[in-house]
Amino acid sequence: MHTDFTPVASTLGGMIIGLAAALLLAFNGRIAGISGILGGFLEAGEGWSWRGLFLLGMILGGLGLTAVAPAAVPGAAIDSLPLLIAAGLLVGFGTRLGGGCTSGHGVCGISRLSTRSLTATAIFMAAAFITTGLLRHVFGVGGAG
Amino acid sequence: MKDRRSHLVSFIAGLLFAIGLGLAGMTNSSKVLNFLDLFGDWDPSLALVMGGAILVYAPVYRKLRGESAPKLADRFHWPTKQDIDVRLVVGSILFGIGWGIAGFCPGPAIVAATSGHASVLAFFAAMVLGMLGQRLVARQS
Repeated sequence: MHTDFTPVASTLGGMIIGLAAALLLAFNGRIAGISGILGGFLEAGEGWSWRGLFLLGMILGGLGLTAVAPAAVPGAAIDSLPLLIAAGLLVGFGTRLGGGCTSGHGVCGISRLSTRSLTATAIFMAAAFITTGLLRHVFGVGGAG
Repeated sequence: MKDRRSHLVSFIAGLLFAIGLGLAGMTNSSKVLNFLDLFGDWDPSLALVMGGAILVYAPVYRKLRGESAPKLADRFHWPTKQDIDVRLVVGSILFGIGWGIAGFCPGPAIVAATSGHASVLAFFAAMVLGMLGQRLVARQS
């Protein structure tokens, strides 16, 4: 499905994400890596309560978006259930193995100029570009059209 | 009191994070896949999401890194790992493949799942299983 380039909304949205991560660091001294927050919450260890409250905030934010701007939270772009499940397993397993995702490595790690995070981000971006390109242009799947 | 305030900050940060993701277009997996498809109908929006986030976060980090403690906690929980190991490389490759298939990374998946669409819920449930599975494997090795 075609989507329009949204430079203003996407830059503003990004700045709000940066602000949220900055608040968490300045007040609580924590890194806003979502895979770490969800993964840590699921393990129910130390830091369970702040992670749970952060996730509760995300969920209420999502419910608010669903109510106010349902077009911002549509169903998945691809409709193959096996592919969605495989992708979910890969994202869950991979982010925990690699110690971070787009927020922890991508936003927070790059801002700290961490070599580990710069490397991780370069690798997952490259893997994603190659995967989407192959699925859409070689195998003819992947929500193009 | 400090604890209660820090918990409130966690909640507000999560709320803002979700709103930012929604406004940015990250919760629409078509938009993400159109960014990741360099040879199709390319939508460069998501580069600006990362740029906007770093624009705000990086100067705050630079100001805070010299300080001894955050406002409402005893210390900063800075990441301690420094080395590029096999786990980082393999994990990032697997994550990138999954992201490239479906167009959801963890944050947007959580937010989008609240819409109740079965397709997003299926992705989210599999992602949670993948996270738990990784811990199981890590514990055994």
